[in-house]
Amino acid sequence: MKRFLVTATLAASLLGAACAGATTSTSPASTTPAAASTPGSTSPGSSTPASSTPGSAVADSGTTLTIVAYDSFAVDPASFDSFTAATGVRVKIVTAGDAGAMLSKAALTAGNPEGDVMWGIDNTLLARALDAGVFEPYTSPELGALAADATALVPGHEATPVDEGDVCVNYDIAWLRDHDLAVPTSLQDFTDPAYKDLLVVENPATSSTGLAFLLATVATFGKDGWQQYWTDLRANGVEVVDGWDAAYYEQFSGSSGKGPRPFVVSYGSSPPAEVIYGDPRPKTAPTAVMGESCFHQVEFAGILRGTGHAAEAGQLIDFLVSKEFQELLPLTLFVYPARTDAAVPQEFTDYAVRPDDPLTVSPADIEANSADWISTWTDIVVR
Amino acid sequence: MSRPSRSGNRLPRWLIAALAAPAIVFVALFYAWPLVALVHRAVTAEAFRTLVHDRSLRSILWFTAWQAVLSTALTVAVGLVPAWVLSRFDFTGRRWLQVLVTVPFVLPTVVVGAAFLAVLPDSLDQSVAAIVLAHVFFNIAVVVRGVGGLWEQLPPDLGAAARTLGAGPWQVMRHVTLPLLAPAIQASASIVLLFTFTSFGVVRILGGPAHATIEVEIWQRATRFGDVGVAAVMSLVQLLVLGLAVGWFARIQARHRVIIGLRPLDARRPPRGRRERVVVSAACAAVAVAIGAPLVALGERSMRTIDGGHTLTAWRAVFGRRAAAVARPTATASLDPLGSLFTSLRFAVVATVVAVIVGGCVSLAIAAMGSGASGRRIGRVLDTGVMLPLGTSAVTIGLGLIIAFAVAPLDWRGAPMLIPLGHAIVATPFVVRVLLPTLRAIDPRLRDAAATLGASPIRAWREVDVRLMLRPLATGAAFAAAISLGEFGATTFLTRAGRATLPIAIEQLLNRPGAGLHAEGYVLATVLAVLTFAVIGSVELLTGTDRRRRG
Repeated sequence: MKRFLVTATLAASLLGAACAGATTSTSPASTTPAAASTPGSTSPGSSTPASSTPGSAVADSGTTLTIVAYDSFAVDPASFDSFTAATGVRVKIVTAGDAGAMLSKAALTAGNPEGDVMWGIDNTLLARALDAGVFEPYTSPELGALAADATALVPGHEATPVDEGDVCVNYDIAWLRDHDLAVPTSLQDFTDPAYKDLLVVENPATSSTGLAFLLATVATFGKDGWQQYWTDLRANGVEVVDGWDAAYYEQFSGSSGKGPRPFVVSYGSSPPAEVIYGDPRPKTAPTAVMGESCFHQVEFAGILRGTGHAAEAGQLIDFLVSKEFQELLPLTLFVYPARTDAAVPQEFTDYAVRPDDPLTVSPADIEANSADWISTWTDIVVR
Repeated sequence: MSRPSRSGNRLPRWLIAALAAPAIVFVALFYAWPLVALVHRAVTAEAFRTLVHDRSLRSILWFTAWQAVLSTALTVAVGLVPAWVLSRFDFTGRRWLQVLVTVPFVLPTVVVGAAFLAVLPDSLDQSVAAIVLAHVFFNIAVVVRGVGGLWEQLPPDLGAAARTLGAGPWQVMRHVTLPLLAPAIQASASIVLLFTFTSFGVVRILGGPAHATIEVEIWQRATRFGDVGVAAVMSLVQLLVLGLAVGWFARIQARHRVIIGLRPLDARRPPRGRRERVVVSAACAAVAVAIGAPLVALGERSMRTIDGGHTLTAWRAVFGRRAAAVARPTATASLDPLGSLFTSLRFAVVATVVAVIVGGCVSLAIAAMGSGASGRRIGRVLDTGVMLPLGTSAVTIGLGLIIAFAVAPLDWRGAPMLIPLGHAIVATPFVVRVLLPTLRAIDPRLRDAAATLGASPIRAWREVDVRLMLRPLATGAAFAAAISLGEFGATTFLTRAGRATLPIAIEQLLNRPGAGLHAEGYVLATVLAVLTFAVIGSVELLTGTDRRRRG
């Protein structure tokens, strides 16, 4: 009897899933002819007729814009409701892979894009995106409200800065206190025997955080000096792991993973995340950021060249840098708004570090040299 | 055990062609064309030159090959023990052990990699030993199911006859059982080789930065350096090496075709005597602990808090989203863990149906072609063709699909169907690999006997081949569902609107700071493990009931 019940339950759940599967399987069939019958349309589904939002101020224009974003773009689709209400344009989000994968795909289909606007190309990828001709220039009327150092990176206005953040060494406050060890004041300190076997970093060849930290050392020690620094760092027992997850949760002592090492390369905004997503929520952040180690990252959004809706895409870019949308970013993507007058939450003010003068390397330099730097780094640190 | 007879009792050519057609169209449209499109777009003479002058490629290729061969040999050697115990003996919990063995194969490498790290001694961290052990852990299911499927249908009287003639248990194993199992062992070994050669997650997580396989290198060039041309050339090199290896496997497999009086009834019996009982229970315990421990570690992590305690908050957060949404304003709004569960189930159903139809038909076609020399050659080409997607870098297929399906009227880049079809491409070779050894082992005299009794060739084939393949087909379906549930590589490249599949949701949760979200990632991983267990278990139960009724 018991066995029969198990079988019946499983069979019923499989059947349920099968019925649901049938619903999915009809959707491509319904979008494909639509795309085929509108020859001018470049992105599938972008001209899908949509029912108007109840209570919208403006009549539905029938246009749907597609935002192409990296996987971790955790923005609630409802955040675009006010944009739809104001313009009559609907917004759909599609994701695929990390920023690097997203750019490789966009570069292969430049001019015939998957969507209308791309979110999330950062300053390490910017020069490659501009070289590949992925974006269509657009000068937003909101540019003046954005951080000047960020807008300066795109003098041709091919893309618009949308957020900023830093990759920094994080440390475990309790561990340093228990071991009576001072917080380092420069990257050079990590080559001191007092800090032997305490730092874990990510591999720059496989991790964007790892690459940012490598660039931080290039910015600190110069194009000819960083190699010696890493030789010393290796001699002092730096641990290299594949990605941020393994570093932060397997090796770092300040996370719930309770690893062995008190210093990790992570984000300037990781301490507030530990508070906000702490369980139970800690009174103060268990980790802190070493400001002298921060590499500055700027993320951009741009109109994809070849979109059939350039005018609406421009309106969407304006919305992305509006005060309303920018103020959502700290708690969704754990970054700072690019807009200088946008407010940030209290946890950010309390626990995140925003260095006045973070380390940086120009996008053109990064694009020209990063492959060589990574290969040299691999020879020095892991071979 | 006679060589195949060239009986005149052959299927009509049109039927064989019709059976092979779906596979040919499917592989051509969703694999070959995208690959050609990518090579055409991205590969330049300069990419070739870059590669020829790159001295690191040779060492990467060498490392990839030897770790794959070592991992494959060890997986087969270790896997034969549970395969033997599970297919020859009947005992309480046998079926559940068989299901348990399959679970690691399905979990995303990210997750089991982490769980594996938790139970691995520190000294093995970032070593080749860790990579090889994890490969055995991940792929043991292929051997247990692939070899076990044939083993349980081997008539036990062959061994009994040898024993009557004075052979000891080892001699029976070496001279009777293993030669009879050779086709299934080769089939499993070829799949394990493909998987370990193209290994990505395991190598990245457990091997550390010093150990890179060619798959990792391809991914790195394509997505980190934006050098798609060089990545595509590397992918061709990988494909060439694996194509040769798989072609060679298919060749010896077709040649070593052994015909046995297979019995659709299983020949399992309870272990007899003290020694047999000790061996069987020791083997079961070892398998249960080796596979169970990392899975228990998963569950433990889903409850871990930042101060080292344990709580069920993450479970509540996943299964009662509303309450959690209030506590955490916006960050997880687009991550809908429960939604991703249903997305994964839906995709698994579609992928399984497609893989079973395509794989089942092409297996029947290949087996039916088997006798003549030219037929064998065509069969081998089909066999290898279906296997090739497993030997191609997921990055390459993903980028190829983007180019191939970017032109109207086939602009399917955003189509949700592309994801389960991608899963089906990966799952079809499994269905074929599980089916072929059985189909090839069918005694043609059964068909001859049916013909003598007045059955047409088609009727004889339907009554014999199609009926005997139902059980391995169920195994193949379970594998296909499992692969779809766990697939990560190609899916990450396909555009998704709205909900992610379970493995992708897990990856996203694990890649955010905050102990609560991290624990939720492990909740989903535990759910995925349980789900796999349930799907495969239900297939076992359903086919089991079916068998009893018929017997």
